[in-house]
Amino acid sequence: MATKQIQLTGAGGQGLVLAGIILAEAAMRDGKNVAVAQSYGPEARLGASKAEVIISTEKIAYPQVTQPDILLCLSQDAFDKYFSDAQVLVVVDATQVQAPAESRNIYKLPLVRAAAEQVGNRLVANVVALGALNALAELVSWEGLRASVERRTPQKYREQNLRALEVGRHLAHTQTKEV
Amino acid sequence: MEFQEYLRVERLPHVWCPGCGHGMITHALACALAELELDPRQTAVIGGIGCSGRAAFLFDMDAMHTTHGCAVVFATGLKLVRPTLTVVLTLGDGDAIGIGGNHFIHACRRNVDLTAIIYNNSIYGQTGGQVAPTTPVHRKSTTSPYGNLEHPFDIARLAIAAGATYVARTTSFDFPDMIKYIKRGIAHKGFSVIEVLTHCPTYYGRLNDLRDPYEMLHTMKEQTVPIEEWAQLTEEEREGKIVIGELHRQERPEFVESYYELIAQMRDGH
Amino acid sequence: MREQELVQGNEACARGAIYAGCRFFAGYPITPSSEIMEYLARELPKVGGVCLQMEDEIASISAVIGASWGGAKAMTATSGPGFSLMQESIGYAAITETPCVIVDAQRGGPSTGQPTKVSQGDVMQARWGTHGDHPIIVLTASWVREVFEMTVHAFNLAEKYRVPVILLLDEVLAHLRENVILPEPGELEVISRRHPDRLEDFRPFADETFCAFGEGGRVMVTGMSHDELGFPAQGKKAAEQLQRILMKIESRTEELALYGAHFLDDADAVIISYGITSRAVEEAVRLLRADGLAVGWLDLKTLWPFPDKLVRSCTEHAHYVLVPELNWGQLVREVERVVGGRAPVEHLGRLDGYLITPEEIARRVQDRVQCGA
Repeated sequence: MATKQIQLTGAGGQGLVLAGIILAEAAMRDGKNVAVAQSYGPEARLGASKAEVIISTEKIAYPQVTQPDILLCLSQDAFDKYFSDAQVLVVVDATQVQAPAESRNIYKLPLVRAAAEQVGNRLVANVVALGALNALAELVSWEGLRASVERRTPQKYREQNLRALEVGRHLAHTQTKEV
Repeated sequence: MEFQEYLRVERLPHVWCPGCGHGMITHALACALAELELDPRQTAVIGGIGCSGRAAFLFDMDAMHTTHGCAVVFATGLKLVRPTLTVVLTLGDGDAIGIGGNHFIHACRRNVDLTAIIYNNSIYGQTGGQVAPTTPVHRKSTTSPYGNLEHPFDIARLAIAAGATYVARTTSFDFPDMIKYIKRGIAHKGFSVIEVLTHCPTYYGRLNDLRDPYEMLHTMKEQTVPIEEWAQLTEEEREGKIVIGELHRQERPEFVESYYELIAQMRDGH
Repeated sequence: MREQELVQGNEACARGAIYAGCRFFAGYPITPSSEIMEYLARELPKVGGVCLQMEDEIASISAVIGASWGGAKAMTATSGPGFSLMQESIGYAAITETPCVIVDAQRGGPSTGQPTKVSQGDVMQARWGTHGDHPIIVLTASWVREVFEMTVHAFNLAEKYRVPVILLLDEVLAHLRENVILPEPGELEVISRRHPDRLEDFRPFADETFCAFGEGGRVMVTGMSHDELGFPAQGKKAAEQLQRILMKIESRTEELALYGAHFLDDADAVIISYGITSRAVEEAVRLLRADGLAVGWLDLKTLWPFPDKLVRSCTEHAHYVLVPELNWGQLVREVERVVGGRAPVEHLGRLDGYLITPEEIARRVQDRVQCGA
């Protein structure tokens, strides 16, 4: 890859900026250039929130995403706003988002439910999503991603987050692509 | 050292009007510094804007004449990086609790080791006699020509409520008391407020039929009651009177000291 | 070699400040600059410094000025509404020649505006926000590492010339995280204010030497027009003193001008940009050059004093000049003044809180150049 443009979207409080930081830091450890831009509304929680990650082997001049290759949506609002058929890969939360059945590029994964049921903490859905995205798009090395999760999450939740990464990876491998 | 040695006598005469009380308060401050034998190289006077702020120009030491209402925050920044300096503020009533009211209450709350002397003449003098947040009800000014309809602040009570740890009130009539309270305020570790009720014959007096400075001083004397006697007065007797004296004294951690304790801890890697 | 780090613009600013020797910060929470104060609240005590959250921005800049007179390198950081509140005391810092740094992470205005959206709408306020003629230096940055470097540079200039220095950032850069290798200790020059050799006959407002409170200078500081000793002065004396402090910056305009000049030698069209918008211009110029268009780019890092001579020489042979900036037209007026009708000068702006894209810039230049503007 020369450049990958990724949008992580949803609501405030879902940890999207943190997910962007974790992903970017992993890519940085892989020797790539990265930029993480954030966009959010005035609310600390529940307003629209978006993290944009650019990963490139080249210098990143313009710091925001112009044509997203990869889109993650954890809320319906975000999906309605950011989804387009041009995107190569779209991952949505199966329970939070109603996506059109006929789109070929959409993966509907029960990210939040898996976080709650398999990790025991629905707040780690952001890291579950990272695991799924990386399994589907091969953005960064797993080693780098794990190191980044360890570095950027609080000690108390480190094990949960590492487990979340594996849960996400597994989800992506086992769920069939919806047509 | 004599009090004159703390002053830039070559800068005299001062700018205040004949009969104004500000010179007496400034004189008392110089006496207090001399009696405390403070090293002028380790003492600073910070003034606000207005008649009282001009006092800063008279002290032969590092001095600052700041922006309107902000002397207390300039002093806060200074004191935090020079904790060994003795810092005295000369503020007017409008400066301290009008435009600077928010800074003033937060300074009281923060309890930085500063001594604020508030020259309270119940009016904006330097700008020509406009109504102040300390002008009594019904009193006239150039912007309350039919009498003031607003209720004034009681500066000392405001300071106590906001958390100042030393609060005294006196009048420019009580010269020894001014010196005594200023000295105690400076010696006290924490935010000290000395409110000095004073008279402005040029504006407040002229607009309220109190033209004679001596008469104004005398009226102040009659209006005020020492705190020792205040307790014995009935509510009725207190009507129209103002309590003076050492009104509040409290020991509470001083902010600069607390901050440097934090620095010491952080440097040790706690 | 030091490792790459993922660092946010605001953090780079805070770390640059500590690197430059900043030991006093006072501020008030405001989006999008709050992370600067949050970082310094954690880190300043560890290096013996003080970080205060004040009751408002007026108090913040005033405490900074007080601390600077206490001898500390001092800074505050804010955004539009807070920057407006600071203006009076910025004028005080200018007339009292107080070294200090003011960071303004610009957001959409006026008033509360779009608190979480990007803008470059404070360019004129940074120059003329306080009343009266006054000296000021205004720097800007486009990259996270550059935020660090410019913060250090802002302190250096403030200390060297005894002047308030404003660093204009913006919401996107303040919040942007990039992989960077930040300078090691000793890598960048760090300048501190010059103290008088002797205090006898010391004139605290005669030149750039500075005597802090508590050092025996008996310094009188006032916001009133004053003489070299710091005492109120009027008329000719006041004018002379004001002229001196204006000229100490104005006469150094050329040496203060930091900029990047790219592809200007053969340029028919010249783009002049600054801050975050320069990153879109970099891409646009690459696209346009690939299309075979003779486009040059002047990337300004120092906005004020405005580098007249530099802009004049860079636009001398241009047939078209474009100034993209995230406002309704601010720095473009200076460019127009300097170009003086020799070539059409166009503005490309945005007010919606989004960045100008490389494609927008490239399209505009293509349209104009192909129309033979």
